[in-house]
Amino acid sequence: MPAVTQSIALAEPRRAARKGPSRGLDTVFRLCSYGAALIVLLVLAGILGSIVYGGWPAFREFGFGFLTSSAWNIGTEQYGALVAVLGTVASAFLALLIGVPVSLGIAIFLTQLCPGWARKPVAMTIELLAAVPSIIYGMWGLFIFAPLFARFVQIPLSNVVEGMPILGTVLYARVPSGVGVFTAGVILAIMIVPFIASIARDMLDQIPTVLRESAYGIGCTTWEVVRHVLVPQAAVSIIGAIMLGLGRALGETMAVTFVVGNANRLSASIFDPSSTIASRIANEFNEADGLQLNALMALGCILFVITFIVLIIARLLTRRVRAA
Amino acid sequence: MNAASAMSTGDLTRGAPAPGRAVRIAVKDLNFYYGSFHGLKNVNLNFHDRQVTALIGPSGCGKSTLLRCFNRIYSLYPEQRAEGQILLDGQNVLDSHVDLNELRSRIGMVFQKPTPFPMSIYDNVAFGLRLYEKLPKAELDVRVEESLRKSALWDEVKDKLKQAGTGLSGGQQQRLCIARTVAQKPEVILFDEPTSALDPISTGRIEELMEQLRDEFTIVIVTHNMQQAARISQYTAFMYLGELVEFGQTDKIFMNPTERRTQDYITGRFG
Repeated sequence: MPAVTQSIALAEPRRAARKGPSRGLDTVFRLCSYGAALIVLLVLAGILGSIVYGGWPAFREFGFGFLTSSAWNIGTEQYGALVAVLGTVASAFLALLIGVPVSLGIAIFLTQLCPGWARKPVAMTIELLAAVPSIIYGMWGLFIFAPLFARFVQIPLSNVVEGMPILGTVLYARVPSGVGVFTAGVILAIMIVPFIASIARDMLDQIPTVLRESAYGIGCTTWEVVRHVLVPQAAVSIIGAIMLGLGRALGETMAVTFVVGNANRLSASIFDPSSTIASRIANEFNEADGLQLNALMALGCILFVITFIVLIIARLLTRRVRAA
Repeated sequence: MNAASAMSTGDLTRGAPAPGRAVRIAVKDLNFYYGSFHGLKNVNLNFHDRQVTALIGPSGCGKSTLLRCFNRIYSLYPEQRAEGQILLDGQNVLDSHVDLNELRSRIGMVFQKPTPFPMSIYDNVAFGLRLYEKLPKAELDVRVEESLRKSALWDEVKDKLKQAGTGLSGGQQQRLCIARTVAQKPEVILFDEPTSALDPISTGRIEELMEQLRDEFTIVIVTHNMQQAARISQYTAFMYLGELVEFGQTDKIFMNPTERRTQDYITGRFG
């Protein structure tokens, strides 16, 4: 007992040596942190506000017809968003259609099937894919992929489907140049695969080993373990990853501008050249003024809204999966 | 076992071993390697039909390793390998041509932590059944109910079979995992520290459950809790540093061990 009191007594002066907590510094720290969070909100509100303000004249001029019109005529000052909106949605959808199965395949391969020595190199390669600047993808898509695609896919395929119902429209290339909505989708898919794959891989890696072992433990094959246990377990995060990829595909500009063809023509064929919102803006902003500039701003608003809707859908989906 | 020791240990073990039970699993000269680390050294051991055998010993002694050999779950990891023989009803499960999926449906396993699958309570149990048997819906329902009853969970979940298995409490989740295992009608059930993540009340329920499951299944349990081993098992194996030090009827191991190391461990002198 005396020893204890002694040590407490000894501890006393040491405590006195510690400086009192500085209230002032704490307040400064708190304000800085609040400020940092506030800046994001201000910037977002500022961008949104100025785009809406800039696009307002176009909305006022064309009303709801701006969304449903496929016109884009600088001479007569007639503008409509339909072609660009459809091009954006279609190319992003194709990108997901191609990219998601590939990404999940990569993630599952890396976490479940890949031998240990190959894991690092393969993962590195995929991450490198994410580091390639988008203009490189665009250039590669236009000069290398598009001609090959036109020659070996579009021309033979068009010959086959010509005259067929539905397929004869959707898969028929009037001008087999290789550029178009589908090519944009392919390039976008290549660009979003590393994102989705690496997030999905991390999520599958985070699943506790015991869950995986207990699935194998009741006699599941690897496919059954992945299909019924691992992927559902990581579903929420995988949906999040897909939506992140979709967001990127919707807004991607440079690569798409190269390969989408930049035509303002409504077409049901995925091989026909078209435009996306981002590519239209990138192509025209330099020389635009007056109503054309307003129309481009209005396009920007619509892109904003589309991305926002994607975000909401993602939230709803994850909530539903979580509840299930 | 003589009468005197039976009387003196009557309060220690719930069920006395039934003498003359057939050997269900025979382990012969088993060696196990994690890469170059020699995890199990020449283990020889028999497990008796419809008895609970507890594997005890300090962390890293190889008791979980031994358990993981029976259903060859270790083979998920290429650097791990086992040599020797584990005979289940005379068939060596370590043979390279053994169908692992089928083996694992015959030897069920329950893990340290509850591992409900991301699906409904019903599907958690039905999932394993559907893998191996094509049952009509009505019969599936019966089997699911039967399994949930056997794992003492039915009354608590019968009104919410469609809800997610992950929504249950820890103890309920663990009983769900037991139901999932029981549903497949395995011959052997392996328990790898099944109560280490549970509170005392849930632990008590699982222990009672094992007592009942012993009527039907051969049970092997790894536990860190020596009271638990004494309470629920008929046979106990004490392992240390990858070797089997002593094996025998639980009363004998706890009351009158032959080996000095066993005595030191069960009296808490190390481990």
